[in-house]
Amino acid sequence: MNERVAIVGLGWVGFRPVTPERSYKELMYEAALRAYADAGVNPRRDVETFVTVAEDFHEGTSIFDEYVPDQLGAALKPVHTIGGDGLHGLAAAYMLVRTGQFDLVVVEGHSKVSNLLTLPEVTAYAQDPVLNRPLRLNTHFVAGLEMNRYLHETGTTREQCASVVVKNRYNALSNPSASYGAELTLEEVLAGPPLAWPLGRREAAEQADGAIVMVLASEDRARHLTDRPVWILGVGWCNDSPSLENRDWAQAIYAREAGRMAYRQAGIGNPRDQIDFAEVDDVYAYKELQALEALGFCRPGEAGELTEAGVTAPDGDLPINVSGGSLGVGHVLDATGLARALEVALQLRGEAGPRQLEDVEVGLAQSWRDVPTTSGAVVILGN
Amino acid sequence: MSMRKVAVVGAGMTKFVRRAQETAKELSWQAAHMALESCEMTMDDIEAVCLGTAPDSFDGIHMNGEYLSDGAGAWRKPFMRSYVGGGTGVFVPIQGWYHVASGLFDVVLVVAEEKMSSYYPHAQAAFLTIFDHTTERPLKPNLLWIFALEMNRYMSTYGIRKEDIALVSVQHKRNAADHPCALLGDPNITVEDVLNSETLAWPVQRYDVSPVSDGAVALVLAAEHVTKRVTDKPVWIEGVGWNLDTAHWTNRDLAYPRYVEYAARQAYEMAGIKEPRKEIHIAEPYDPFDYKALHHLEGLQLADRGQAAQLYVDGVAARDGDMPVCPSGGLLGVGNPIAAAGLMKIAELFWQLRGEAGERQVPGQPKRGLAQAWGDLMQVGTVVIMGR
Amino acid sequence: MTANIKEFPGTPLSEQDFAEGNILFNYDELRGHFAWDTGIAIGRYLAALKEGIILGARCTTCRKIVVPPRIVCEWCFRPMHEYIPLQDTGTVNTFSLCYVTWDVKRIEEPEIPAVIEIDGASPLHGIMHMLGEVDPPKVHIGMRVQAVWKPAEEREGAVTDILYFRPLQEV
Repeated sequence: MNERVAIVGLGWVGFRPVTPERSYKELMYEAALRAYADAGVNPRRDVETFVTVAEDFHEGTSIFDEYVPDQLGAALKPVHTIGGDGLHGLAAAYMLVRTGQFDLVVVEGHSKVSNLLTLPEVTAYAQDPVLNRPLRLNTHFVAGLEMNRYLHETGTTREQCASVVVKNRYNALSNPSASYGAELTLEEVLAGPPLAWPLGRREAAEQADGAIVMVLASEDRARHLTDRPVWILGVGWCNDSPSLENRDWAQAIYAREAGRMAYRQAGIGNPRDQIDFAEVDDVYAYKELQALEALGFCRPGEAGELTEAGVTAPDGDLPINVSGGSLGVGHVLDATGLARALEVALQLRGEAGPRQLEDVEVGLAQSWRDVPTTSGAVVILGN
Repeated sequence: MSMRKVAVVGAGMTKFVRRAQETAKELSWQAAHMALESCEMTMDDIEAVCLGTAPDSFDGIHMNGEYLSDGAGAWRKPFMRSYVGGGTGVFVPIQGWYHVASGLFDVVLVVAEEKMSSYYPHAQAAFLTIFDHTTERPLKPNLLWIFALEMNRYMSTYGIRKEDIALVSVQHKRNAADHPCALLGDPNITVEDVLNSETLAWPVQRYDVSPVSDGAVALVLAAEHVTKRVTDKPVWIEGVGWNLDTAHWTNRDLAYPRYVEYAARQAYEMAGIKEPRKEIHIAEPYDPFDYKALHHLEGLQLADRGQAAQLYVDGVAARDGDMPVCPSGGLLGVGNPIAAAGLMKIAELFWQLRGEAGERQVPGQPKRGLAQAWGDLMQVGTVVIMGR
Repeated sequence: MTANIKEFPGTPLSEQDFAEGNILFNYDELRGHFAWDTGIAIGRYLAALKEGIILGARCTTCRKIVVPPRIVCEWCFRPMHEYIPLQDTGTVNTFSLCYVTWDVKRIEEPEIPAVIEIDGASPLHGIMHMLGEVDPPKVHIGMRVQAVWKPAEEREGAVTDILYFRPLQEV
């Protein structure tokens, strides 16, 4: 077995609202080229197995796995798709290295959402076909239901949720890869049109195109390849109930359980003390607050106060979504978790440019698979 | 390097039927429940769930893995869905293997499900969207085309006759007559029946093809220390391999599945197998079409190129032959609920190697078996070798 | 264990169960609409088709000429910059006579899909297209064929700008 696994290569393109000059294959190729150059590896010679994350209906292709290998340098090699978030893919790649059968594994995630003209229709197809879909509701309603219950149980306010938008979109101004940087006031966020009350239109992330490739290596191989490996200290993932009829509407149980699994591996008993910064799910603004509480960074109902007090700002005690998060970078569908992990890895390497945090050693990335799911994953990285 | 050993300790499956009354979630749960009962476990013993299911378009559900998760037993558990098209059924146990071999889990539930009948009016139409959206789909291609094109190329390259290929269908459907879950078992089918069946896409005829079906299969996988506690008849996963060829399928040799060869070599190496024809006692190659079983036996190095049909002619492939092929009845006989059909082959090896296959039992106390699946755009091979 | 089990789960239904209303169901149709960016390589391929040209690309490392073009050689992982016009003739690598449509409707006159190795591309490098103007029993592997194009003014930059391939009249 390979006990320790490191990320030794990072490559990405995007993240932009449209990318008409490139096909999805060409986006993946560009990200892969950059990752291989960064790791100093040749995919044809060195990489032993590849994992991609994709959902057929996002791609408009059944069995999307077919179209993965060529542009990653993976033809006639072991390749498989995980129908999950990028962090699920990262976890799969991590497990493959740990088996001891593989020393160099690649994980890829991408979004070409600009080519999907009817995203709400497709998302509605994730609802239960008999019990929920016939009601013909835009799937944002699930977030509205959840946010309402979350506010009710924790005493969190709409203003506190809106302050997440203000922070993350402002953070994105320091991220050249982000598309939705903005300097907004709390009032401007709250003055937006309602989406699914209490959720407002400006509290939901806009989509973006892009691709992310990461190269993972066993400890021996990592030490040969780089002097700045980013170690995977723990991974966790979990599903709560997919049913709208019997799930916990206030808490993100899946995030709590995924966090606990990752903490056990990483030996983390007190996340607030032991983790320096985090990139968490903020596809809807309230999700960031809910995630911070589920992950044990604070007690239920406290995350909003911490945000208002600036604790989660880049210069605060616990910086959250310094990249801009999905609200600021853009929501890249199945690649979302990899986008969060990408920022954590860049920060740990000291390569985050104008938004670089000082003295960071351990970071956490967390993702959620969007409405209507209760599926999420966590990875803890360290240098 | 020391590897963590992984065993299959329990298995369950539903009947494979043309159209099931049960929903996809219910089928998944029935198979999972049966697998757990077979090794006297409950969901409390299960640490993670691995799911295999093929295109979402069959079910008409986006992120179908998420939808099926509670049916597969994944409530408040780590849950992941893997996906390599038609190869998924033999990939999902590989996914289970790496979950356990990684050291993160000791007991994992592996579920494969397919509910093809949801697609209306016919599941085949869902396959239009497996073709490239820009360079192929405008021609309105049909799934049968790619099989027919490959079969024709295979036949003409090696000079193989239709009547020899038909023997595969006959043997598998006859074997399936002994499988309690089979959809198309027929003890009396003949080569003439196959050759006289309706022509769909020449050279493919009706009885060359496995049927669209609904069904589910589940396994329980365990680490060595757990295995020793729960069973005295473990069946170990000795080797795994998978391989994906280029998507440009019109740019390669259709007569020979190189990706199956590469997957098999990966699995043989891991299992320490040097002479597969002697060391593999039962083969369950993927047989959605009869010629595919032959194609795959060659890729698996279990027959020379163009010579696999001879195994059937000579009786080597028969249930009491030297190397029984698809004693289960295969997809041609038991049915083809895509991902479930692949995992059915793993379940068959589990039962055969434990001597529990009843009417289908291969004589001579076989020690080692191989199962293989295939998929994507004639492109992926997935291989698992199991032994006791 | 299958030996010990009397009854396996799973309940088969028949058409009659639906006809008689014993089984309820919910019908729905996905409105999934896509506009796929063709990108660099396929974009050029389609633009060439509009001009009546089948475009390939050459890998300067392994020297393969492939069709359709792509920006990276999947075997060398080297960029492919050289675009090469190929002939609109070729050889049938394999074919089928298909009596059902993509949505499984029975037809009397078969559709004839084929993989056609395009002249000018490396051996075994072809595209999938249809054959026409040919008596189905006369089609054979190795048959020489030529593209039949839509009139120039009707071409739109799509694979359907080639109507089909017909047997080549060798001069």
